[in-house]
Amino acid sequence: MILMLKQLGNKRIALGILIVCMLFYPFSVGYSSYFLTLFVITCIYVITSLSLNLLVGYGGQISVGQAGFLSVGSYSVAILSTKLGLPFLVVLPLAGIITALIGLLIGLPAVRLKGHFLAVATLGFGLSVPQIALKWDKLTGGFSGLSVTPSSLFASETQLFYFFVFLTVLIIWLINNIVKSSIGRAFIAIRDSEVAAQAIGINLSFYKTTMFVISSFFTGIAGGIYGYWVGFVSPNDFVITNSFLILAMIVVGGLASIPGSIIGALLFSIIPHFTDSYVGITNIVIGVAVVLIILFKPKGMVSMFNFKRNKSEKTKKNELLLKEEGNRGVNI
Amino acid sequence: MQILMSGLIFGCIYGLTALGLVLIYKTTDIVNFAQGEMAMVTTFVSFVFLSNFGFGYIPSLLLALIFAAIFGIAIHQIVMKRVQSAPPLNQIVVTLGLFMILNGMAGLIWGHKPTSYPQAVKGDSIKLGSVFITPNELFILCITFFLMLIFFLLFRFTRVGLAMRASAQDIKASQLMGIKVTSVFTATWAVGAILGGVAGIMTAPITFLDTQMMFEVLIMAFAAAVIGGFVSLPGAVIGGLFIGVFENLIAFYISPEMKLVYTFLLIILVLYIRPQGIFGGKQTLKKV
Repeated sequence: MILMLKQLGNKRIALGILIVCMLFYPFSVGYSSYFLTLFVITCIYVITSLSLNLLVGYGGQISVGQAGFLSVGSYSVAILSTKLGLPFLVVLPLAGIITALIGLLIGLPAVRLKGHFLAVATLGFGLSVPQIALKWDKLTGGFSGLSVTPSSLFASETQLFYFFVFLTVLIIWLINNIVKSSIGRAFIAIRDSEVAAQAIGINLSFYKTTMFVISSFFTGIAGGIYGYWVGFVSPNDFVITNSFLILAMIVVGGLASIPGSIIGALLFSIIPHFTDSYVGITNIVIGVAVVLIILFKPKGMVSMFNFKRNKSEKTKKNELLLKEEGNRGVNI
Repeated sequence: MQILMSGLIFGCIYGLTALGLVLIYKTTDIVNFAQGEMAMVTTFVSFVFLSNFGFGYIPSLLLALIFAAIFGIAIHQIVMKRVQSAPPLNQIVVTLGLFMILNGMAGLIWGHKPTSYPQAVKGDSIKLGSVFITPNELFILCITFFLMLIFFLLFRFTRVGLAMRASAQDIKASQLMGIKVTSVFTATWAVGAILGGVAGIMTAPITFLDTQMMFEVLIMAFAAAVIGGFVSLPGAVIGGLFIGVFENLIAFYISPEMKLVYTFLLIILVLYIRPQGIFGGKQTLKKV
């Protein structure tokens, strides 16, 4: 068993197993629409928490309004597909681009803000989007919401499912590469010390805005996936509690860690499935899970899976010191 | 004028909640997202004393505030003490977790049906010039300024206040100076919970008593605290009054649904011009 877990530490094998599981998932649940939806919702949260982790974990910029971007994405899909009649392959990227533009608008003032001030500004954004959707009923259908014209590209739900799973894997790969590129290194430098980053020639405002744009782009696509899968959007789909939940996902899973965000998103998408039969328990279970994990595993759940820690004590200590420095850098 | 007046009353409630937030932040460096839910729980407890045990208003208020103090101490001792030196983001998420637990528990125990809650002071409204004001509203105004003044003086001029300010600046150094930092923090949480409780009990007659009642108040209190710079006690109250009036004006002249949107637009505007808030001190750059 331990050997197996050790093998899981090996990234490629873990990825392979994960992908095979995903491919066989529809068969194993007998094409049940409920379980397919559960999986797609998980995918949406995986993408969203990854893009939020890019912002918070790697970039050190807190955002408490990520669900606002999800709403924008899903509404763009609904409006573009139903009111303008555009095809699927145009609508989904456009949803991302529209959300990215909104992200740019939010990112511009956010460049000057730090810590709690940024948190409150983004909180305001997350709260405002559903209100605007409610009020602007000519465009959004107000309280009754909007339906999304299904795509003619996919013959069955299963095909759509596979496409979305493929898209999720693609986005995970993309974000993984962004983090390793020079942009990602610039983000980390900004997180660790803005002064030092500026001193070595990193343009702070450019990179901070870029962070918001990239993060909101992917979140917009996730919102688009939601729109197409559920076929209906309303102002109550993504409210401020969803934003809190997404923030909890990345902290519980592990900040600045891609497997961490995936684990966190999985955990918090699956908990409601088990607790929904008892009314009012879901929030308590999630809250307790959040508090317990942060009290006992402050580095997130990924730290439980670090089996490959057979380095000498000295390097371990150095690493810890470095990490502490890094943590201090995430200034909210 | 009447709009301004009712804006001021709401502003007082935001200010009171913000006062608790700022007090806890100023001393312990933690932004407490669970503040509103702690206030909500205290309000429910006071309602239990009022309706189930049939105590009078003042005794149930005092008992509820005693409960709030114990509650604040418990939360600090059980949970928050352990994350005192954790990264700030972890602290925020812990308070979000507490928020969810308290909200869920209150829903389980007291249900989700809104009930009405008695006012502190009964009586017909008084006419002051062209403005009508009820004695209850007058009471809210007075209690807000009274509490603000007390805590401002406490922070500035007493030994406890000095200990609080010292612990906020540097935990290690204050420990070396013989300040029992943990006790100071526990006391802060108790006082913060009491302030929240007062705010909750003042809110309940206006909004009805239910588990969601403090949510919007908390959001606006955050806005108030941010405008006030997050470290200034009078700033929090003035920010609260400002937001209350602004919100009421928007609700009256534009539309009640959009008040949240415009309020946050205003905050972003204020922060864009002055990123440290109106009453915030100088911003210092972090060491490399």
